[in-house]
Amino acid sequence: MAYTKRHDNRKMDETRPIEAKVGVIKRAHGSAYFKIGDTIAYAAVYGPRELHPKFMQNPERGILRVKYNMLPFSGQGDRVRPGPNRRSKEIALVTQHALEPVLNLEDFPNSVVDVLIEFPQTDAGSRCAGICAASMALADAGITMKDLVPSIGIGRVGKQMLVDLDYYEEAYEEESVADIPLAMIPTTEEFTLLQMDGDVTKEQLKEALILGKKACHNIKKVMTTAIKQKFQEGVKKK
Amino acid sequence: MGELIAKEKEVVVPGEVIAKGMEYLPSHGTYRKDENIIANRLGILFIDGKVIKTIPVSGRYHPRRKDTIIAKVIDISMNGWRVDTNSAYSAMLSVKDATNEFIRKGEDLTRYFDIGDYLTCQIIQVTSQKLVDVTLKAPGLRKLGKGRIIEVKTHKVPRIIGKQGSMVSMIKNETKTQIVVGQNGMVWISGSQPQDEILAIKAIRLIEEQSHISGLTDRISELLKKDNKKKETKTEVKTEDKK
Repeated sequence: MAYTKRHDNRKMDETRPIEAKVGVIKRAHGSAYFKIGDTIAYAAVYGPRELHPKFMQNPERGILRVKYNMLPFSGQGDRVRPGPNRRSKEIALVTQHALEPVLNLEDFPNSVVDVLIEFPQTDAGSRCAGICAASMALADAGITMKDLVPSIGIGRVGKQMLVDLDYYEEAYEEESVADIPLAMIPTTEEFTLLQMDGDVTKEQLKEALILGKKACHNIKKVMTTAIKQKFQEGVKKK
Repeated sequence: MGELIAKEKEVVVPGEVIAKGMEYLPSHGTYRKDENIIANRLGILFIDGKVIKTIPVSGRYHPRRKDTIIAKVIDISMNGWRVDTNSAYSAMLSVKDATNEFIRKGEDLTRYFDIGDYLTCQIIQVTSQKLVDVTLKAPGLRKLGKGRIIEVKTHKVPRIIGKQGSMVSMIKNETKTQIVVGQNGMVWISGSQPQDEILAIKAIRLIEEQSHISGLTDRISELLKKDNKKKETKTEVKTEDKK
């Protein structure tokens, strides 16, 4: 049976409901919360601060250090073993590469900006939620950056292209599934993350990029209003 | 034609288009991309004629020349002290910038400042590689004695000081404490009574929280006077008891 209707009655190009908030962790220099459907990401930014060990320092620009961590109870029933593993290290690296192009790290030579991303609950699309949360937290930390980096997963179930797969769709067994997480810089429309699990045709990939572009522009709007909210709340208190 | 998209005195977010057209010029916290001027830092938008700039509303301290800061001694070397500036970069206080006294070569430098001491000092220079030099040779700079150190948000420091120091001197007078505010967000408070110090901290925290709401000075003076009255009534009760 072809997958023509989504199990949660979403439109084909509709993301799950998004909730975003900034300044959720008091002791961090910047922090953010990003929830898309049942996937929740918390990001905390510390720095720029002094970098140790010293041999890692770069005199030309500051470095970005990302940590991606799923909490033991965050998965689909099975306990996620705590601590770094091959998967989390890879995702931390692609997150770092997705964020670096927008950051003006040359303002902070020899220093480091640490980004810690934690997931208390996941339901597919965690690296995308992590990138969204991290870029909001970096903005909150007052780091100079050219733009925010919204990110979304585009997928294929059977012949149908879908925006923002959840775990049910990603693990759909009756038809073949492909999953393409991507991140984009909205002002230049450049992609900073593009991965694929599964296979698609050339035409389907083009369609995925068009869908992703549209979704990223919408997510950026959500992120922008969420950041502004933090400062408007205070004004209302009057 | 130039067209302004964001409103003045409102918060702009990185990546937000502030203005279109070549008439406007980008300054602090903004950059030009083709025809557009875009924010590259979270801040409040200010427009001065054609120049567009933003004032930060978050972020850590960044060392700048001529700033007076409060720094903590973290290490002692052959020719001076290394101090922590509450930023990404530590600063160097060399012997010749520390005191007018003659210090012999190889003398024990802990006699002057030991690890853990707090100093008010001024930044003399910052290099491109962010090597920071500080001095104690300017009026008002010294080692800080007993008291409390608190950390406040860097972008709130001008509000804590107030216009020509009006806010901080009001807190000083009302609480009878000594206060030093560093540009790097470190504040030193010293009073004869612990409750005076606590009241001063309370007032500073209130400024930090509510600096964007109008009528701040009135609310601070209200807070300080209310507490002073409480003290007076308490002492009155005590004297009555004695009678």
